[in-house]
Amino acid sequence: MAERDAMEMAEYKWPEPERRRLIGKRISRVDGPEKVTGRAKYTYDVNRPGMLAGKILRCPYAHARIARLDTSAVEKMPGVQAVLPLKKVGDEILWAGDEVVAVAAVDEPTAEDAIRAIVVEYEKLPHFVLDTDPKAAGERARPAAEQVEGDPDAAFREAEVVAEGLYGMSLITHCCLEAHGAVVEWEGENNVLVHISTQAVSGIAGQMAGPLGVPAGNIRVKQEHIGGGFGSKFGPDSWGIAAARLSKMAGGRPVKIMLERDAELMVAGARPSYYGRVRVGAKRDGTVIAWESETWGTGGIPPTSPLPVPYVLRIPNQRKRHIAIVTNSGPARAWRAPLHPQACLLTMAALDDLAAALRMDPLDLLLKNIELAGERADVYREELQIAAELMEWKKRWHPRGDPSPGPIKRGLGVSIHTWPGRGHACRCDLTIHPDGSVEVKLGSQDLGTGTRTAIAIVVADTLGIPLEAVRVRIGDTQYPPAGGSGGSTTIGGVSSAARRAALDALDQLFARIAPLLNASPDQLEAWDGRIRVKGDPSRSIAWEHACARLDGMPLTVRGENPGPGELTTAGAAGVQMADVSVDIETGIVRINKMVAVQDCGLIINMKTAESQCYGAMIMGISYALYEEKIMDPVTGRMLNPNMEFYKLAGLADIGELVVHMMTGEKYDRRGVIGLGEPPVISPGAAISNAVANAIGVRVPFLPLTPERVLEALAKKGGSHARV
Amino acid sequence: MEKQHSRAGSLSRRDFLKVSGITLTVPLVIGPRVLKVAGAEVKVFGPGRVPMTFTINGKTYRAELEPRVTLLDALRNEFELTGAKRVCDRGTCGACTVLLDGKPVYACSVLAIEAQGRAITTVEGLMQNGKLHPIQQAFIENDALQCGFCTPGFVVACKALLDRNPNPTPEDLVAGLGGNLCRCGTYVGIRAAIAQAARMQRGG
Amino acid sequence: MRAFEYVSPTTKEQAVALLSSTWGETEILAGGTDLLALMKDDVVRPRRLVNIKEIAELRGISFSASTGLRIGATVTLSELLDHPDVWRHYPALVQAARGVTSPQIRSMGTVGGDLCQRPRCWYFRSGFGLLARDQTGRSLVLEGDNRYHAILGNEGPAYFVNPSSLAPALIAYGARLRIFGPRGTREVLLERFFRIPKSEAEREYDLQPNEIVTEILVPPPPVGMVSATYEVRQREVLDWPLVTASVALVFDGQRVRSARVVLGQVAPIPWPSPEAERALVGKAVTEEVAQAAADAAVQRARSLGKNEYKIQLARVAVRRAIQQAVGGGTRR
Ligand SMILES: Cc1cc2nc3c(=O)[nH]c(=O)nc-3n(C[C@H](O)[C@H](O)[C@H](O)COP(=O)(O)OP(=O)(O)OC[C@H]3O[C@@H](n4cnc5c(N)ncnc54)[C@H](O)[C@@H]3O)c2cc1C
Ligand code: FES
Ligand code: FES
Repeated sequence: MAERDAMEMAEYKWPEPERRRLIGKRISRVDGPEKVTGRAKYTYDVNRPGMLAGKILRCPYAHARIARLDTSAVEKMPGVQAVLPLKKVGDEILWAGDEVVAVAAVDEPTAEDAIRAIVVEYEKLPHFVLDTDPKAAGERARPAAEQVEGDPDAAFREAEVVAEGLYGMSLITHCCLEAHGAVVEWEGENNVLVHISTQAVSGIAGQMAGPLGVPAGNIRVKQEHIGGGFGSKFGPDSWGIAAARLSKMAGGRPVKIMLERDAELMVAGARPSYYGRVRVGAKRDGTVIAWESETWGTGGIPPTSPLPVPYVLRIPNQRKRHIAIVTNSGPARAWRAPLHPQACLLTMAALDDLAAALRMDPLDLLLKNIELAGERADVYREELQIAAELMEWKKRWHPRGDPSPGPIKRGLGVSIHTWPGRGHACRCDLTIHPDGSVEVKLGSQDLGTGTRTAIAIVVADTLGIPLEAVRVRIGDTQYPPAGGSGGSTTIGGVSSAARRAALDALDQLFARIAPLLNASPDQLEAWDGRIRVKGDPSRSIAWEHACARLDGMPLTVRGENPGPGELTTAGAAGVQMADVSVDIETGIVRINKMVAVQDCGLIINMKTAESQCYGAMIMGISYALYEEKIMDPVTGRMLNPNMEFYKLAGLADIGELVVHMMTGEKYDRRGVIGLGEPPVISPGAAISNAVANAIGVRVPFLPLTPERVLEALAKKGGSHARV
Repeated sequence: MEKQHSRAGSLSRRDFLKVSGITLTVPLVIGPRVLKVAGAEVKVFGPGRVPMTFTINGKTYRAELEPRVTLLDALRNEFELTGAKRVCDRGTCGACTVLLDGKPVYACSVLAIEAQGRAITTVEGLMQNGKLHPIQQAFIENDALQCGFCTPGFVVACKALLDRNPNPTPEDLVAGLGGNLCRCGTYVGIRAAIAQAARMQRGG
Repeated sequence: MRAFEYVSPTTKEQAVALLSSTWGETEILAGGTDLLALMKDDVVRPRRLVNIKEIAELRGISFSASTGLRIGATVTLSELLDHPDVWRHYPALVQAARGVTSPQIRSMGTVGGDLCQRPRCWYFRSGFGLLARDQTGRSLVLEGDNRYHAILGNEGPAYFVNPSSLAPALIAYGARLRIFGPRGTREVLLERFFRIPKSEAEREYDLQPNEIVTEILVPPPPVGMVSATYEVRQREVLDWPLVTASVALVFDGQRVRSARVVLGQVAPIPWPSPEAERALVGKAVTEEVAQAAADAAVQRARSLGKNEYKIQLARVAVRRAIQQAVGGGTRR
């Protein structure tokens, strides 16, 4: 940086629109060819020489104590190389599927046989997995302190209309298609090589060092590609550590442990359930003045935290209570936009019910109160208008209850959301080689969001060279550390660091080239594969020739985020609308169309940005209609730890999806903002509201299964409830 | 309290003979045992390792595998063909889709031993002379992938669909890709990709 | 999966000789779409698999106007769907087979396997047995989560549902099975093939461990027959129907001369409803008559606690299947 200040160069900022040849355009991802041909290697695909297969014996009970553990038979089995008890006699187990013993064997079938030969006796203890009723939870209900803002009592007295409702969403899982897991091997006594499916390549070594008793610097972590994370893959996990221990026991041979699908769904992450009773009060004209909520939910053993409600709109007078329910349903993990989908549903559904009570169009109610969104109010206003046009809302909206004849009822719903998404801390090394090729290295990861491609776009655009000339290397602790990919912080972090590195590299190159072109460095610019004098394109030199002047020494520059210049900020705003059909005889909900209008500041790659929104809407449809981690009260187990009854939306279940990204000076000015989570927040609320609009009654909980829809209809008591 | 340990089956070799009236011939030194049943000789493979031969993407592969090994695990663990993915391992997601004699199957639900003598096509076999298959090209252009873990399965399922029906209607698409799931939510891109691939194939 | 030995006989006689006469020791391998999952989940643990796909006489599909349809047991669902005569004469079967939405399952799964596949009850699949009881003998289904379980024929001790989509359609058409075993060939009406087990030792169908379903025989369609299958399904992809109904109505002019109404996913067996059939016979099919038949079909239905909604779905499925058969009504 010092060098840069000394030269008093232009500040660090994003290029003006006319200087963007790649940024903001629709660019195909650079790792597409690898992925479509099956050449892309994921952790699951890593097969190392001499590799052993690791497997884990899991406890079938939701709450138990280990009474006896005998691995002696297994230790003698041919092909078994290491046996590692992960629990001992007397240990308490708090959820079904918890790890008890790990083994490593020459191949998977042998490892499976070994697991079956282990003898464990359990003392069963009482379990509890129900989360919908805090009263039934007894001492497992842990109330949090009440939160009050303003004067809710006075505000409710002042309110002319009060709507009250029950809302919530079930426990769901991440269901990453690539299961969690790792391949670990020791090189000698002190060095460990880890291939792991992770959202935080640079963060893994530090977490393994303690348990393994080796310095973090001796642990090398690698990952080329990852098959989904969604918030659940930030640590080495007990099985990653187990793989390392087994490997050590087996003389350093690589050990691969990838979770089986059932374990993946049982123990590798869940999004906490949240339910709540909400009251909202408003003036007759729709001005919302009062909020009261009592929420409860479970994320397993650690208590759930209170929700950020009311969501987006800061209703002036509020009272909030929360009860955490402690259950044996397994560990929770961050799930794409933690707490937001739940807070969004509770708020947007309550406001939708309020609109119904006011006999108002919910879109008008949102617009009426949009100033409560604060700083971003104008963005929401603009987005709501665009979404309404794309959905033909004004033409197609009807008050609650589709009056048309026949069993199929149609309805519209709307919701808004927000997410911070400021870029994380990140470093990268950018090298310009004398042959003109450019390399960027950083210990980041590409979750499928297009991180590699975004980095390449930023660097190529800054250096004025084609995308193909930039080679991005990520996923290795030998590269400069980069933050974990969570909280939609990656795009802001990596693009800012890459931009700074590229600008600095360019400065250094300019300094070398300037004399050749009879100019000062600050008169130069890089454009279209050449370095040229601003305003005099005839004085220029081809990129390759300029690089050849590096005297055979590659030029390497470190880029960082945070750093000078506001290249990334926080606060994405988005709006979604849903159009659904409900068969009121069967309770089946189908999506006709969804619209997402989203802002994320400056867009680096329009193609992958849109893909994020499509993907998030689809994930949203999936949790709105189908997904539930079904916990069995009797056995305490998850009943659907498979992809047959843990239902994900399929290609035919999503209707027509429309994405509109906000662009233009006003948005560019804010720099890059993350997009990974925002668009996954609203679908639940938008779809729930659309269903209420269609059938004239609120279905309180997601997923909106036929069972729940029919029950709501029956309660409404309409003649529709039965045919 | 409950005990969890291996429950060995109750069937001994002698029981076998008794229950089904099988007569055992002298076992061969190498290769499968042979049973004489219903007037014919039937080879018995396993339960230990059995030499197997496969034709995958036109090439011959050999391995010694137990009969319990699935085609998917054989591809991934023995032949380093890791394009087909193991996700559910139960025939419920499509990530392991390969073609057997041109038909789409879940490789996780086929035993390797059964796949011998059949033409196995995996995603690795779709490129021709180093050129991407039009479906693969269309997947890239329409961004029909994110993390990409489901992608090989979808690409192969698309191939099976277009081979059978070069002109799919939207309903055909649903029917043809009704055996694959994606967690990242790439269906919009996939729909666009297959429409483009169909156009490209018709055009050229 | 546990280790097993594998045989691939080429005649049904060999196959039968290779099968054990005790359940659990050997299993028949057809498409494997169900069996391998059961083995991976350690629900069945055969010591030997007998692959029947190499047996030529179990293959093939043929139709004649006089004898009807013959489907070899190892005919795949796609082969069934590729057959023009099946489309022409047995629409309820086509609709049922198309309900298996995965092309991969359709190109692997066989018709025989679809009929002999095991229940998807989540307690059965996690090792608690067909009757889903814990060590103390109490029913996990009754006390646990029974949202997908039986609403008919659920007096106990079995509460699972028969998963086959093809069976209701085939039963509606009066199909028979040809079964080959140590004592030769026997034929059984498909409707009688399924049964509700009373103990853990029984299977849910009438088959000895060393018997093989070899053929499915469907009578020729009588003049004046209309038929349809209606499935209530939540997802369009890779999902089981929540309830299905297959109906076959034979008309005499405007009036129904004979009727078959068979429900799927509602009982431990495919569930023929004589009540619904009686409500149809002798009548012209009006909306009221269809509704009366639908109501009759669930007259004896009973919720186990969490599956009340399936009664409503069954009612709708029957009515819509009838309406679809006679041409009209709500289609999915
Ligand atoms: C995700 C998913 C969704 C599905 N959805 C549906 C659906 O909607 N409707 C539906 O009907 N099915 C559905 N299926 C089930 C599928 O249709 C069956 O798995 C398939 O038809 C079974 O045929 P198979 O040949 O693969 O049987 P296998 O798996 O080979 O065998 C199944 C069982 O039948 C026995 N068996 C097989 N053939 C014979 C025979 N000829 N004689 C005696 N016993 C025999 C086997 O021993 C085994 O016990 C679905 C499956 C999956 C995985
Ligand atoms: S892994 Fe084979 S279908 Fe899922
Ligand atoms: S692209 Fe990630 S699962 Fe489909």
